[in-house]
Amino acid sequence: MKVSFKWLQEYVDIDITPEELADRLTNAGVTVEYIEHLNKGVAGVVVGEVLEVVKHPNAEKLSLCQVTTDGDNHFQVVCGAPNVRTGQKIPFALVGAELPGGLKIKQAKLRGTESQGMICSAQELGINEEGLTSDQKEGILDLDPTAPLGMDIIEYLSLDDCVLEFDLTPNRSDCLSVMNIAREVAALLGKEVKLPEIKFSDIEKKIEDLAEVEIKDSNLCRRYVAKIVEGVQIKPSPQWLKHKLICAGMRPINNVVDITNYVLMEMGQPLHAFDYNYLSAGKIIVRKAEKGEKITTLDENERELTEDMLLITDSQKAVGIAGVMGGLNSEVTHDTTTVLIESAYFNPSNIRRTSTSLGLRSEASLRFEKGINIETVVDAANRTAQLLAELADGKVLKGIIDNYPNPIERTKIKLELTKVNEVLGTNINDEQIKEILSSLNINIIEENGSVITLEIPPYRPDITIAEDLIEEVARLAGYDNIPTTLPFGASSKGQKTLEQKLRDKIIDTITARGLTEVISFSFINKTNFDKLLISEGDIRRQAIPVLNPLSEEQGYMRTTLFPGLLDILRRNINRRSENLGIFELGKIYLPQGFPEKSILPQEKWTLGIALRGELVSNWQDKAQPVDFYYLKGIVEDMLEQLKITDILFKPCQDSPLYHPGRSAYVYVSGEMLGIIGEVHPQVADNYDLAARNYAAELDVELLIKLGHGPIKFKQLPRYPAVHRDLALVVKEEVTASQLMEVIWAEGGDLLSDVTIFDLYKGNQIALDYKSLAFALTFQAENRTLTDIEINDIHEKIQKALAEKFQASLRS
Amino acid sequence: MKEQLGKIKLEAKKALDHAKNMEELNDLKVKYLGKKGELTQVLRGMGQLSAEERPIIGQLANEVRDELNATLEEQMNLIKKTEQKQKLNLETIDTTLPGKSFSRGTKHPLTQVIEEAKQIFMGLGFQIAEGPEIETDYYNFEALNLPKDHPARDMQDTFYITPEVVLRTHTSPVQVRSMEKLNPEVPVKIICPGKVYRKDDDATHSPMFHQIEGLVIDKGIRMSDLKGVLLVFAQQMFGADRKIRFRPSYFPFTEPSAEVDVSCGICDGDGCKSCSYTGWLEILGSGMVHPNVLKYGGYDPTEVTGFAFGMGVERIAMLKYGITDMRLLFENDIRFLQQF
Ligand SMILES: [Zn+2]
Repeated sequence: MKVSFKWLQEYVDIDITPEELADRLTNAGVTVEYIEHLNKGVAGVVVGEVLEVVKHPNAEKLSLCQVTTDGDNHFQVVCGAPNVRTGQKIPFALVGAELPGGLKIKQAKLRGTESQGMICSAQELGINEEGLTSDQKEGILDLDPTAPLGMDIIEYLSLDDCVLEFDLTPNRSDCLSVMNIAREVAALLGKEVKLPEIKFSDIEKKIEDLAEVEIKDSNLCRRYVAKIVEGVQIKPSPQWLKHKLICAGMRPINNVVDITNYVLMEMGQPLHAFDYNYLSAGKIIVRKAEKGEKITTLDENERELTEDMLLITDSQKAVGIAGVMGGLNSEVTHDTTTVLIESAYFNPSNIRRTSTSLGLRSEASLRFEKGINIETVVDAANRTAQLLAELADGKVLKGIIDNYPNPIERTKIKLELTKVNEVLGTNINDEQIKEILSSLNINIIEENGSVITLEIPPYRPDITIAEDLIEEVARLAGYDNIPTTLPFGASSKGQKTLEQKLRDKIIDTITARGLTEVISFSFINKTNFDKLLISEGDIRRQAIPVLNPLSEEQGYMRTTLFPGLLDILRRNINRRSENLGIFELGKIYLPQGFPEKSILPQEKWTLGIALRGELVSNWQDKAQPVDFYYLKGIVEDMLEQLKITDILFKPCQDSPLYHPGRSAYVYVSGEMLGIIGEVHPQVADNYDLAARNYAAELDVELLIKLGHGPIKFKQLPRYPAVHRDLALVVKEEVTASQLMEVIWAEGGDLLSDVTIFDLYKGNQIALDYKSLAFALTFQAENRTLTDIEINDIHEKIQKALAEKFQASLRS
Repeated sequence: MKEQLGKIKLEAKKALDHAKNMEELNDLKVKYLGKKGELTQVLRGMGQLSAEERPIIGQLANEVRDELNATLEEQMNLIKKTEQKQKLNLETIDTTLPGKSFSRGTKHPLTQVIEEAKQIFMGLGFQIAEGPEIETDYYNFEALNLPKDHPARDMQDTFYITPEVVLRTHTSPVQVRSMEKLNPEVPVKIICPGKVYRKDDDATHSPMFHQIEGLVIDKGIRMSDLKGVLLVFAQQMFGADRKIRFRPSYFPFTEPSAEVDVSCGICDGDGCKSCSYTGWLEILGSGMVHPNVLKYGGYDPTEVTGFAFGMGVERIAMLKYGITDMRLLFENDIRFLQQF
């Protein structure tokens, strides 16, 4: 909403600067976002008249003009504009005048000819070109022939005005009216509002003889008022009216259209002017549209309607979509002489639905959908009639049609005065509260001790409960006057849940291992499933689509963290970061029966890790590429920190995302935690990533289920440990974990630790064989172990390994 | 024998003083003080002495031995020191070479801001709540006093999953979810950090972003308490010298509602480019919980009151770290992330 400051001043006496007013309004919740001063630096420019135009003797495109500013004195001026004409009124910059940008007009010689001043274009005057014709934009600004000669252009074009641009919250739609803003200003400044007097003389002819209004749906149309004005002369509006509309961001069209727009801005009441001669039988019927019914609106678009939309029709045809846009067939044109003014109140949510589904937002629908003042519907029609009489030579027919089947009562609210301070924590006395409310025209109609009953003015549909009144008091008393306190009730314990703590711990352990946390979007492009080679039946393909995504790129809710992680690798490589270790702890979204079953989808916390490139190196450490075991170490470390012990890595050959020979399922306590491994080279290629990339995707919900609660201290061993090495030669396909499993099983309670310290393949052992060396630690809680018992166990282990895997000792 | 002892003492001391290394010292120790050493040899002859002389010579011999031992030790220490010094000299390294490199992991700045906010609010007795991101229209709008066709639904451009299920446009649905879980218990004191979604994408908007919701419900909660809690938050998050300002605003789920600004840290409130010359930076929306929302949550608005607030984590992070383009937070450029 944009309003001329001067216009506002017509309704309320403002004795502070526009800037100060903007501050006051903003602090009261009616935010002024911007103030535009219209005079961009114009001085010494007056209304002039072109008396004569001849060709410049030395220049094809220039004219030599004689200009006067008082009828007597002539100025010779060189002008380059194509639209300069004899008899034209123009803005004339005298010698010594100043124009925006610091330009000073001096006496000059142009192509050998004296030029004493300058005829200005709109652009040169720094005028907003929104309200201008294309002719006016291209050449000099030709003024209305009625412009008074010699008048300062600042005065004539109201350049000493400024425009307040409001950023209104949806509840303050009342301020989509200059009059209501004036009411707000009056309340803030302690002034009275001066509303324009509505008066005009009418003719003998009665409206009832010409027109009739029938409301078929009084729920959707609560009130319909019609007024007829005949003998209307269509012409341009006077400068003052144009100025106000331009300030409001509306383009002046002709006096009739401008007047309806003017009253719309002034009173907040949308109006429509029909050309009466195109209304068949002078009849207005307000009814719902029939299914598939069509109408061509003012913007020349044919629109198909649905049954829940409200139509204005005459006895034969639709002439407008109620509250949204008028029909082309009854539009006011240059030939219009008799006008039927519509001023109505339509159901807000119905208008909202209609304008949303037609994609048609107008100044009218914007106001109707938020609820207008139903009590001033008649005033607005009369005000329009008055202006048509004053500015379009209209003759107003006697009487008015006011179809208002079920008058609406004003809202009444009970307010317990003590509640105001109880809610705000302030100390405002009762008298002050009442004063503030009365300054807003919220009047006490009943008083019962500390409980007062208030009547809400009809232009404030946002005030419906006591809390709304408390806000009115608070904002007029000033939010700055609310003190600062802390809640004094029972104390409460601030804490995270165990789940939250464990998630934080996961992030901590992984960042401690040098990986950087990333956050990617929850939506992905469906093409990712192909790029990841995910098979047709895979559950991950059942991603939940977004009905109205911003783009294909963001069309589906992710079912895997892979796309985000691989994209981030790619993007960083493009920026010359080659060595990357990243992770994301975020949700994936799985339908799990949604939407068929009436449940929400599952949102599953998931950990994704991606690595590539080399480990940090420096002069001491040679660069070393990251590999599967580096990734595995990070995962193992995290599991250890979460005190998860029952872990099993099983080769994974069947996941399309991973290298079949370099990936593993991770099981914890027998449940599948996820997969870690090298990203399948084809997948990597699909993301434009060169080999090799490593990734893991793990189920965080499972980690949390199995992760530790409180840590319990374990007694330190009191007896010495015994260490034995065991170097085995086995077939290549025998895995370390198979061997480990046997060692642990045979080692019994006394075996406390097993680590692998060497892997050897080469000419010292047979082809297809490898050697693995284990370090075993034996320990008892209650005694020192003897060599004999250790030897027994050791032999047992060797025997079992020999039986199961033909493992021999390496000599 | 006296002379003999005196001679040994002189000779030995001289030799010890000239010893160059531990080896020589050890040889001298054997030569003079060892079991077969010169001093021992002399003492062997003590038997020939008279009864009067014996204690005198004995004492003298002991004195000589003690003195030589002391000298020996002194010399040993001296030589040890010298030898160590030489050894250390040889071990000199270039300490100006760079230290070992470690890959340093960082938490995303948004995670860090959320964590910091959690710590501040936990200190004030808040618990951390959570809720779904794919949310019903009911919790995201209706239970927050935003029925269908409410004009304020325009304030938030919504992503829909089905006509009745949305990507939550704010963390506020957690308000009613938490109330439903906790009612009629008081006090309710929760914050809920999480992802939210709106159809918006430019330098100051991202279709996915983060919010932290706060909710307090108890008997006698006042708007001044909201101001107090947010002041504590702002001062801990941004600095102890910061001030906050409340401006009237509108949210369908609070009444009265307030937009909250924190004083600009760059200009100290005097006005600069960062704060558009206002001295203030908008950080969050807040207000007293609307009675309808309390009712939806199962609380009686005549019995309890409450306040709620919601802040954009990206906005806080941008202010805190001086980040000018929100998109940086989601580009995941490692060079950006590792600055935090
Ligand atoms: Zn500043």
